[in-house]
Amino acid sequence: MKSLAELEEIRKKTLDEIKMRKNKEGIRVVVGMATCGIAAGARPVMNRFVEEIGKRNLSDVSVTMTGCIGVCKLEPIVEVIDADGTKVTYVKMTPEKASRVVTEHIVNGRVCQDLTIGAAEQAGK
Amino acid sequence: MDFYRAHVLICGGTGCTSSNSQKVKAELEAQINKNNLEKEVKVVTTGCFGLCAEGPIMVVYPEGVMYTMVRVEDVEEIVNEHLIKGRPVKRLMAGDKEADDTTKSLENVDFFKRQVRIALRNCGVINPENIDEYIAYDGYKALAKALTEMTPDQVIEEVKKSGLRGRGGAGFPTGLKWELTKKSKSNKKYVVCNADEGDPGAFMDRSILEGDPHSIIEAMTIAGYAIGADQGYIYVRAEYPIAVKRLRIAIKQAQEYGLLGRNIFGTDFSFDLELRLGAGAFVCGEETALITSIEGHRGEPKPKPPFPAVSGLWSKPTLINNVETYANIPVILNKGADWFSKIGTEKSKGTKVFAVGGKINNTGLVEIPIGTTLREVIFDIGGGIPNGKKFKAAQTGGPSGGCIPASHIDTPIDYETLRELGSMMGSGGLIIMDEDTCMVDIAKFFLEFTVDESCGKCPPCRIGTKRMLEILDKITSGKGEIEDIDKLEMLAKNIISSALCGLGQSAPQPVLSTLRYFRDEYVAHVRDKKCPAGVCKSMLSYVIHADLCRSCGICARNCPVGAISGEKKQPYVIDQEKCIKCGACMEKCPFKAIFKNA
Repeated sequence: MKSLAELEEIRKKTLDEIKMRKNKEGIRVVVGMATCGIAAGARPVMNRFVEEIGKRNLSDVSVTMTGCIGVCKLEPIVEVIDADGTKVTYVKMTPEKASRVVTEHIVNGRVCQDLTIGAAEQAGK
Repeated sequence: MDFYRAHVLICGGTGCTSSNSQKVKAELEAQINKNNLEKEVKVVTTGCFGLCAEGPIMVVYPEGVMYTMVRVEDVEEIVNEHLIKGRPVKRLMAGDKEADDTTKSLENVDFFKRQVRIALRNCGVINPENIDEYIAYDGYKALAKALTEMTPDQVIEEVKKSGLRGRGGAGFPTGLKWELTKKSKSNKKYVVCNADEGDPGAFMDRSILEGDPHSIIEAMTIAGYAIGADQGYIYVRAEYPIAVKRLRIAIKQAQEYGLLGRNIFGTDFSFDLELRLGAGAFVCGEETALITSIEGHRGEPKPKPPFPAVSGLWSKPTLINNVETYANIPVILNKGADWFSKIGTEKSKGTKVFAVGGKINNTGLVEIPIGTTLREVIFDIGGGIPNGKKFKAAQTGGPSGGCIPASHIDTPIDYETLRELGSMMGSGGLIIMDEDTCMVDIAKFFLEFTVDESCGKCPPCRIGTKRMLEILDKITSGKGEIEDIDKLEMLAKNIISSALCGLGQSAPQPVLSTLRYFRDEYVAHVRDKKCPAGVCKSMLSYVIHADLCRSCGICARNCPVGAISGEKKQPYVIDQEKCIKCGACMEKCPFKAIFKNA
């Protein structure tokens, strides 16, 4: 270790890896993983989120799971909750759609309107 | 970057390890592999969380859910429910007993809420065997700052301004000690860490070494820079194998990163560290005895002065501080002396870690601002006294300290108030006693310890404490005379004024302090031949109440010495000559017909 810069580099890199133990801010991705969700294919969806987030070094995003939200016919359901608490509910998710949500919503802040529960309801009418 | 959606932290401190945390960890890893979660969930061994009574402790992030008393059999459920389905297992969660079904995360548990963690900041947070995690939490930043932005005098000034005092017990101002050692002229100086933690029940130093070894390495290197030393020694007892192992790993990692060794951060400053293992003699916690032991001699103290700051290790100026004292140093330099000195009381700044044990619900480690009252520690953090018993006294300072009776429960804990009460801060053992504790017996317990641990170099300690113990033995076995109490007091005062080192000078404290607050108990033992708490065996007897006895014979079958006899339809009788007063019969009697007469 010959410089402060080196120390700072290690600090930043490791902090990204362990940040989830420290702060509760940032975006939360919550995947419905009850029996209905798992049966509908929530696991590959969640794996895709984990993969994409890791690939892009998005250290302030966390992925957690939750139980049945109640609209089982729309599973797999994923909620993306922003730091300010606004919640977007995505339904009938697939790994491909998960990749889209990461690029468009999480990275660029543009909600994927066509994948939300609102869009599904519109279509159902 | 490897992104994991969850980190599971398992305590690898001594407490949790002995309650099987490593088997729990192995099972967790097996279950995670079985479910193909190894790329999603990371398992991390960490240091002590402090809630040792509830161990093994497991914390799952990002939620911060804390599981307590996790058994190997519970792991499958945690993996299946929490890690796969995202449903925390409520029955294993800390604080579940409270009527509150919201997710309990670490910060919300009463035990943690009131603590201020400075010395324990990284314990239970980082993986102590990974230097990168220490660096991520601002590790070695204080060293970098000291070496590149501050002069040694500025470092010492900052430590002085912080008001930090020695956490080993005596409370000597740390900055002043650094200054005195710096001013001593010599071609060679040493920095020593006293990790010879010996008070029965105290384990804060062990937990810091196990949970955050790099903080000690960083602080000692800063101290080396401040006083002008290039070599340091950590004197740790061999009885702390996990601490020794993690220190070795940490020193190696620091050397590989160039944070120990030559020209640290490209400056002219060089510093290296070595471990020295102690064999577990209590006297080696005394600084001059510790230094003698590092030199390779039998651990015996030397008269002071000269103080180690002038002539210490190999007769060179030596800075010797306790583990917890060092653990505060990086934080003081990072956050500033002004920040630090806002915590605590007027004369005692910062926090103190206490190892809380005895008759209390939450046995474990707590770090509180100095000046917190005993009541807050016992009832708010410690969860109160088990089985609805009454609080009687708290013992601080271990074999060198004394008791604080219930009447002083609202005293703020700091160095001065404890001394006024006839006790001392000590290294931070805090033993809680309830109404069933005999104070004479407690004094005897601590004196037995010091008699065993006296090194034998000076007669007041070697012979005097032995005589005191003999008198206490006489009193607790019901043969005491009223003059014995005065003799005990006189001996105690003479030993304090004439013993060579801190061990002997403080050994009579437990007796003096119990005499001060609980003299009536001594008198009861001597005059009435009674032990009011019903502890001293020679003064109590077990009797079977003839009217309540149903002659079932269970007591007789459970008596280990065959002291109980009887016939059908006749009340059973205990032969007092044979009875060893173990109390087994009273415990087993289904009709509660057996009583203890104190």
